[in-house]
Amino acid sequence: MEYEAIIGMEVHAQLLTRSKMFCACAADYAAAPPNTRVCPVCLGMPGTLPVINRRAVEFVVMTGLALHCRIADHSRFARKNYHYPDLPKGYQISQYELPLCSDGYLEIEVDGRVKRIGIERVHLEEDTAKLIHTGDYSLIDANRAGVPLMEIVSAPDLRTGEEARQYLTRLRTILRYLGVSSGNMEEGSMRCEVNISLRPAGTDVRGTKVEVKNLNSFRSVKQAIEYETERQRRLLESGERVVQVTMGWDEAHGRTVLQRVKESADDYRYFPEPDLPPLELSRQWVEEIRARLPELPEARRERFVRDYGLSAYDAGVLTADRDVADFFEAVVGLGGDAKGAANWITGEIFRLMNARGLEMGQMPIRPAQLCELMGLIQEGVITTTIAKDVLGHMVDTGESPGDIVRQRGLAQVRDTAALEGVARQVIADNPDAVAQYLAGKEQVLKFLVGQMMKATRGQANPTLAAEILKALLAGHRS
Amino acid sequence: MPLSLQQVEHIAELAKLALTDEEKERYRLQLSAILEYADMLQRLDLDGVPPMSHAVALTNITRPDEPAASSPRDEILANTPDHKDGLIRVRPILE
Amino acid sequence: MSAHALTIHEAGELLRAGDLSSAELTRAILERIHRLDPRVRAYLRVVPEAALAQAEQADAHLARWRREGGALPPRLLGIPLAIKDILCTRGIPTTCGSRILENFVPPYDATAVERLKAQGAVVLGKTNTDEFAMGSSTENSAYFTTRNPWDLSRVPGGSSGGSAAAVAADMALGALGSDTGGSVRQPAGLCGVVGLKPTYGRVSRWGLVAFASSLDQIGPIAKDVRDCAILLQAIAGHDPRDSTSVDAPVPDYLAALEGGIRGLRVGVPREYFVEGVQAGVADAVRAALRVLEGLGATLVEVSLPHTEYALPAYYLIAPAEASANLARYDGVKYGLSVRESADVWDMIRRTRGQGFGPEVKRRIMLGTYALSAGYYDAYYLRAQKTRTLIRQDFDRAFQQVDVLACPVSPTVAFPIGERAEDPLQMYLSDVFTLACSLAGVCGISVPCGFADGLPVGLQIIGNVFDEPTVLRVAYAYEQATDWHTRKPKLDEEV
Repeated sequence: MEYEAIIGMEVHAQLLTRSKMFCACAADYAAAPPNTRVCPVCLGMPGTLPVINRRAVEFVVMTGLALHCRIADHSRFARKNYHYPDLPKGYQISQYELPLCSDGYLEIEVDGRVKRIGIERVHLEEDTAKLIHTGDYSLIDANRAGVPLMEIVSAPDLRTGEEARQYLTRLRTILRYLGVSSGNMEEGSMRCEVNISLRPAGTDVRGTKVEVKNLNSFRSVKQAIEYETERQRRLLESGERVVQVTMGWDEAHGRTVLQRVKESADDYRYFPEPDLPPLELSRQWVEEIRARLPELPEARRERFVRDYGLSAYDAGVLTADRDVADFFEAVVGLGGDAKGAANWITGEIFRLMNARGLEMGQMPIRPAQLCELMGLIQEGVITTTIAKDVLGHMVDTGESPGDIVRQRGLAQVRDTAALEGVARQVIADNPDAVAQYLAGKEQVLKFLVGQMMKATRGQANPTLAAEILKALLAGHRS
Repeated sequence: MPLSLQQVEHIAELAKLALTDEEKERYRLQLSAILEYADMLQRLDLDGVPPMSHAVALTNITRPDEPAASSPRDEILANTPDHKDGLIRVRPILE
Repeated sequence: MSAHALTIHEAGELLRAGDLSSAELTRAILERIHRLDPRVRAYLRVVPEAALAQAEQADAHLARWRREGGALPPRLLGIPLAIKDILCTRGIPTTCGSRILENFVPPYDATAVERLKAQGAVVLGKTNTDEFAMGSSTENSAYFTTRNPWDLSRVPGGSSGGSAAAVAADMALGALGSDTGGSVRQPAGLCGVVGLKPTYGRVSRWGLVAFASSLDQIGPIAKDVRDCAILLQAIAGHDPRDSTSVDAPVPDYLAALEGGIRGLRVGVPREYFVEGVQAGVADAVRAALRVLEGLGATLVEVSLPHTEYALPAYYLIAPAEASANLARYDGVKYGLSVRESADVWDMIRRTRGQGFGPEVKRRIMLGTYALSAGYYDAYYLRAQKTRTLIRQDFDRAFQQVDVLACPVSPTVAFPIGERAEDPLQMYLSDVFTLACSLAGVCGISVPCGFADGLPVGLQIIGNVFDEPTVLRVAYAYEQATDWHTRKPKLDEEV
């Protein structure tokens, strides 16, 4: 029998607010020593009370709007009750009934066709403290406790690991465009859980759902889904039953391992949070938020094709990251050639970013500098080959390309007299090649030009070098 | 209907309360009596009645996203039963 | 008159006139606490040094003012007050009457405490309470039971029994309590003092250790209505740290006392005058109604038809909220932690099992059950809907009348131990205060006589934010009677 996988995803993304969800502690704890971004509220001390961070609400609404969700008129927080040492109050302030956003979708591409993945809900809650497990103890750092966390729950519309990977990638792109989350999975600012069940293809049988956690990268999401799908398929094919469990992804061994058997459904005893009055999202408030939405990746990609004559592929690559797209448009805005800029960015700049492990936002290169670099090539001051070196120096030093070219003497040599000297030397040093050329093998000229480039460390203008060589060799012939 | 011992044990586990056998039995009887009394609410026709979860009709009470200083760590950990190097310590967490 | 017997407003006049110093007053009270509290046991902790230091600061302020003039000093400047031990006090242990917080020292003050201190009030110490305010007698305190100053074999009521007993025994000029289902009004009634539960949202709950968040309010306990107004004036008002505190102007409660009650309509809810009310209590309250009538008020019989459902609704909603509010006490971050545990779960279960007393555990169990899968709709949700009906009862009544008048408690103070074994019987002592709490309206208890030699309280309930009218009626009644001047005879027993 053929089976198909029914996959749903729950994504948790920390919001890039300045302060925590319900208190004024700084939300950016990455570099903070343990328990130094903590106050009585986020440590759940007796008598303390939460107050809603308005920007966090607006960030979730922005996300909901970008995901085509219905924004709730009335929304409220609820207490999700469970005990865990990383949960200071013994309950998490979350949302249950009446989430901020519901019923949206996100589009991905499958086999060249657009596929809509439903978004069931987007809601707001607070993060837990960080646990560090040592042998004899578990250690708690509450810096993370109370950081705003957005939960995005997809409909079970995904079918393959690749679809899931693409869904996540696109979701992250949107979150970054909106500026609401860094979406960094490796650092845990974006976390994802996957629900997978199998059913005979084409039926609407409900299979047993298995939850997979501990997914720390896009790659692991894809691999874990593929592994887990295969595991369940084998079970079913051998006549066994899939048990409702929570599995963890074991990155090192590339497999899912049992974490917890769900004996009975969790009983979180949700009830409306009495400390927080409900939210009324008036049309006016929602429209104010909508007006703040940036252009989203899909629209921007289409515009890049339309306005700059880029290929759909290049436009897609450039718009996948808001910083990259912004950089590109800044270069074009300064008068840079669009296709040239696209080539430089998707080629050499991406290569440098990868090599150095940097994101666009961290690259010490300004749009005006790329513009200047492209201008130097166009004016014949440097060759494309030299330009690549110059770009490397730019990234290393942050200096402008003009300065680098000047300081390092990288400008093309256009001085005919100087080049003639070099050409004479090359002719003298390569009698065999000269003989071949004179015998009619004109392609040998390229070799001789190459020797001139080598001798000038690439600074010779190749066209000029070829002309001078030809002229001098013509003299030899006669 | 009176609660069963199993129900009492289930509730105690949800609430993370270690109870003695004597306590379990006492709470079983007392909770059963209170719930039986509370059953008078079943007499009321509550169709269409909205639940009241807040005693005052406020909405949209929020604060601006402005960070302020956190507490000094010494103050935060002053009441903590066990901590070391700025981290709160507990016995290992086993599922 | 001895200094300890003064009211806040009397003491304030003497302090401003320079006829009494705050240090003298504070010393007199501390001396009285030292002498009487071993029998009354109102205080869990007294902080004499800190109190005297605050008193001396107040004296310096008063001296400067008398010398240099300027704005009138705050009414509470130099006034020694007691704080229920469920309100956080910076640097002073705050136990909530529980073993689980035995050594907890908050690094912050409750807003209400902060506001008293801002006026220069003197904090004497922390008063006894039923554990986490769950109880009606202080018998649920993990430490000891407070005695009723009128009869030391009887309870003072609860949960703010320590605060009420301290004020009744002249061991504080006034006090703060908290009222979730009657915990200010009932002990005030049983101890023969004045206690007010403000409208939900009137006083910030920041620093009030939560029992049932949608019901809890901090309220003043005082020797007379004027003092009660002075205390309310000090603590009322918006606080951005409590999202349920209302940002509405605070009226002048002292100005509101004047003007009498001629023409005022006083509702008499028939559901509060039923069998089960002790005869002496019913007599005293009916007599009080006649006094109000004599002052020109019109008595109007009204009905609050869902009154009988208040008790079951309350005993589902409050424990449900409490079950979540008390989940934080797990031995990890603060408070008791049972060390010799195999793993963290064992530690949490045992800490909670040993750290909480029987009533707290009972309510956590009840609340957990009421919220649990399969029972939420039948219990918690039904209770919340019932709460709507109870609120509507009051809305309708307040279309007809200005205030409601009724007993605070069906009986006078009961003997210690009498109801300790039967939770339902204990819960019934709150039967007349619960509906007001569920509705979120305000209510006051004023002394209105005695039954069997024990004080009886008259409850006056007002509409939301109508504390001015409630205080005016209470004040008019008080001015026409002298119950509030009666004192228990503690000194003679020494």
